[in-house]
Amino acid sequence: MISPVKVTKRDDVPKKQVALILTVSIVLALVFSGIVLLFFDLNPFTVFGTIVTGALGSPMRIEQTLIKAIPLTIASLGILVAFKMKFWNIGGEGQIMMGALCASYVALNHGDLPQPLLLVLMAAASIAGGGVWALIPAAFKAKMGTNETIFTLMMNYIIIKFVMYLQYGPWKDPASKGFPKIPMFSENALLPNVLGLHAGWIIMIVLVAAVYFFINYTKKGYEITVVGESLETARYAGMNIPAIIMTAMFVSGGLLGLVGFVQASALEKTLTWGLSSNYGFTAIITAWLARLNAITTLFVCLAFALLLQGASYIQLSMNVSSAIADVVQGVILFFVLGSDFFLRYRVKWVGLKNAGEVKL
Amino acid sequence: MESFLAAAVIAAMPLLFATLGELITEKSGSLNLGVEGMMLMGAVIGFIVAYGTGSPSAALLGAFAAGAGGALVFAVVTVTLRGNQVVTGLTLTIFGGGFARFVGDPLVGQSVPKSVQAFFAQAPMPGLSEIPALGPIFFRQDAFVYMGYILVILVSLYLYRTRPGLNMRAVGENTAAADASGVAVDFHKYAHIIFGGGLCGLGGAYLALVTVPIWQADVVTGRGWIAVALVIFASWNPTKAFFGSFLFGALSILGFRLQSMGFHISQYLVDMFPYAATIAIVIVSTHKNRREDLPPADLSVPYFREER
Repeated sequence: MISPVKVTKRDDVPKKQVALILTVSIVLALVFSGIVLLFFDLNPFTVFGTIVTGALGSPMRIEQTLIKAIPLTIASLGILVAFKMKFWNIGGEGQIMMGALCASYVALNHGDLPQPLLLVLMAAASIAGGGVWALIPAAFKAKMGTNETIFTLMMNYIIIKFVMYLQYGPWKDPASKGFPKIPMFSENALLPNVLGLHAGWIIMIVLVAAVYFFINYTKKGYEITVVGESLETARYAGMNIPAIIMTAMFVSGGLLGLVGFVQASALEKTLTWGLSSNYGFTAIITAWLARLNAITTLFVCLAFALLLQGASYIQLSMNVSSAIADVVQGVILFFVLGSDFFLRYRVKWVGLKNAGEVKL
Repeated sequence: MESFLAAAVIAAMPLLFATLGELITEKSGSLNLGVEGMMLMGAVIGFIVAYGTGSPSAALLGAFAAGAGGALVFAVVTVTLRGNQVVTGLTLTIFGGGFARFVGDPLVGQSVPKSVQAFFAQAPMPGLSEIPALGPIFFRQDAFVYMGYILVILVSLYLYRTRPGLNMRAVGENTAAADASGVAVDFHKYAHIIFGGGLCGLGGAYLALVTVPIWQADVVTGRGWIAVALVIFASWNPTKAFFGSFLFGALSILGFRLQSMGFHISQYLVDMFPYAATIAIVIVSTHKNRREDLPPADLSVPYFREER
């Protein structure tokens, strides 16, 4: 193919240039989304403006934005650990659900325990539940090389259907007069507010630091990175690859399970089959945008929480479907995925005159 | 039994179209995990065009174009810009879901026009429908189903009996060798990703136009992912894809059937079954080792000539 551009590989990209290319691609994505909105007779400036005021316009809206940032950040940390290893965990929804289920089991059966003890038990149960749910596909991957993408995804549907079964069947609150809901948790099972926001934010900040430390400064974290970058290298270095895969996936699923605990305890105050609210999927986008860096993840998630809260606000105020958030997220990620190219390759315009000599 | 199997054929159609679409994509060397998203895009555009024009052919064309459009984005990002295939495919799934909910929002609860419903009504095939057992199951169906049968044959012929089919398989099996022998690698990847996406769009359209002819945003419910698994189940073979889709179609309606036969079993528990079966298939197919059962050798391996 004869082409007027010449593409060569590049290794060293200055940090400034990385930031510039990322900014340009996000701006382009927003411009593109704006053009799409125009097709639907929507003024992009009004829509984006309303998203921002809807997310930050009052203390209550800011609280709502943060309440969305907490599960999204913790979920992204979980995804990050798996993706660092190039283990494509798209079972986040199910791991959140399993965590919520296990925490709820504790809350519903031991609601009279003292609050601190009960909350710790619920959190531990959610980590164990989400972790084990992730460990199943991980074990098959580690021992038999089973494809994890479809495996983890199918695990989502199984556990969500199971929680539906519980909600409409054995766990249905007899006092709710036929309305299919699971009984509310006792007071002791609810996460308290700290400084006006439910305590999930403390868990979130601790975990951002912990995951950052785990990936960058521990032996296990290093091994996960090596396995992700090159299985050959990991094998050559004598690493126990199956053990690394399983540990990382237990951590990943455990973090996602914890999201289930936070959502059930602080937000829904019970178990519902919809409580994962797509965070398990959105987290894939945010973790990738953050280039699998825990600290960056926090900021990306804050920005995405703003988008999510703003979108649910425009649904009410402008009668525009909140699905616009998914569309804009998708467009942003397409542009960022594409922009990666310009970080890895140098594209040089050589003109059509010289094109004959440079073959692509 | 006959009515159950005939219903299974209907349940199989969305899976069949999507599975063939993904199969073509993968044969040319790309793993597009956006099937669910492309099906949703096809479903919503197919529905909107049907709703607006009342023309079944325009609706099919629209659905194909929508799925192909989603696939085109995937192709630009992964082939030209060399982005990560897994993440790009996932993004396409999220984007497609948002697109369907956003674009279809004003139409929730509306029905497909009578003219389109009539076109996709049951139409027994003269002669063939009289074959004992097989006739009532396979040949008293709608026009869309017959399209599906023809497509299986066409895709098989294309893959194994034509020059372009050979070339595209070469690209999927050994990209460097295909490139060296003068096959236009990027062109073949683009063409098959886009055509495959169009078929996924048609699969979604079947759900929105025929299965439940009333618009609802969550029509696809994981079928796109089952299609991805079915490609593995079928070991990249169109004929096996047909039988796999049929099997899964039957599984997905088994719950209703059992309940109507008096088995007291929760619908939600029965609903888990196709997903569990998919996992079983993925596990079992890891252990295939006959040459023709293996995935294309260069599947999802990025290829850049200058990095050889």
